[in-house]
Amino acid sequence: MTKETRGAARRWAWLAAAMLFIVVALPATAQVPPAPTPQATEMFQDPATLQRIKRLESELRCLVCQAQSIAESDSDFASDIRREINRMIAEGRSDDQIKAFLVERYGDFILYRPPLQTTTMLLWGGPAILLVIGMLTLFVVLRRRRTETVERPISEDERRRAAALLASQADSKGSSGE
Amino acid sequence: MSWRGWVPLLVFLLLLVFLAVGLTLKPSEVPSPLIGKAAPAFNLPQLHQPQQTISQSDLAGQVWLLNVWASWCVSCRYEHPLLVELARQNIVPIYGLNYKDRRDDAIEWLRNFGNPYVASLHDLDGRVGMDYGVYGVPETYVIDAEGVIRYKQIGPVTQEVLQGTILPLVRELQG
Repeated sequence: MTKETRGAARRWAWLAAAMLFIVVALPATAQVPPAPTPQATEMFQDPATLQRIKRLESELRCLVCQAQSIAESDSDFASDIRREINRMIAEGRSDDQIKAFLVERYGDFILYRPPLQTTTMLLWGGPAILLVIGMLTLFVVLRRRRTETVERPISEDERRRAAALLASQADSKGSSGE
Repeated sequence: MSWRGWVPLLVFLLLLVFLAVGLTLKPSEVPSPLIGKAAPAFNLPQLHQPQQTISQSDLAGQVWLLNVWASWCVSCRYEHPLLVELARQNIVPIYGLNYKDRRDDAIEWLRNFGNPYVASLHDLDGRVGMDYGVYGVPETYVIDAEGVIRYKQIGPVTQEVLQGTILPLVRELQG
């Protein structure tokens, strides 16, 4: 490794450290004290129920660590939500009822898969609309290109100019010692 | 130049607008679905008098603030002097929701930093906090005389938020 590349590597390392600091430090405004929560595996033995809890938790967003699901997060918020989910499952509530309970409190944002409603039309329809716009653009461009490329024979004047250009290029190649 | 020449510039400006909007959004502040809805019911022991409980119906008929706080919450110390000052002005009663905190720690904390609360509710397991959609402390709710949540502040109350949003809303609700 040369001196320059090592210097560059060090700069990158600093940048990475700074970014990591920002990512770690920003959510620090929302803190919650540690509290032990019974694990789902301690409460339920049935593998189907555990599977169901896992699926439910992975579809819910952790609000204090938004890039993680409730299943992935170790935050206290996530463990509170897990505790509530376990409680409601023990009470025999359905997945929809559990989701409704959480949406009532934290809003649709807690769902990783937002419901289809007027405010989320663009979200759900956006990709399809963009695809249609893209296809139309492609269609128009291709059509235009077909009509634009007309075969036109070159004139005698143009032929002479082209020959002259080719000749001059051959000259310069020859003089550069090839 | 024909209008076609302007297309890249327009696309760029549009992108700029989207990016500017995106930069000013705060993804950590999730809009509460509780705004405009009745404040969730609770019946909790008071922090200082555990044998006495307060329910949301005891607070009906007045505009009040519910401030979620805890002794372990660092940002709460930042907003606390503002609340103490607000309480001294006697504009609006502030009730505390002491969230997932040990009673002794909470009482000690109020002794150190001042107690702006008419009363604090002791929500040890955070169940009432969950009903209010609390996910980060501090949070502050403005609740009107009919018991409807009108505003929620996520994170510490600042002078700007207090003067610009909370107090004008309180005065409007008080009529």
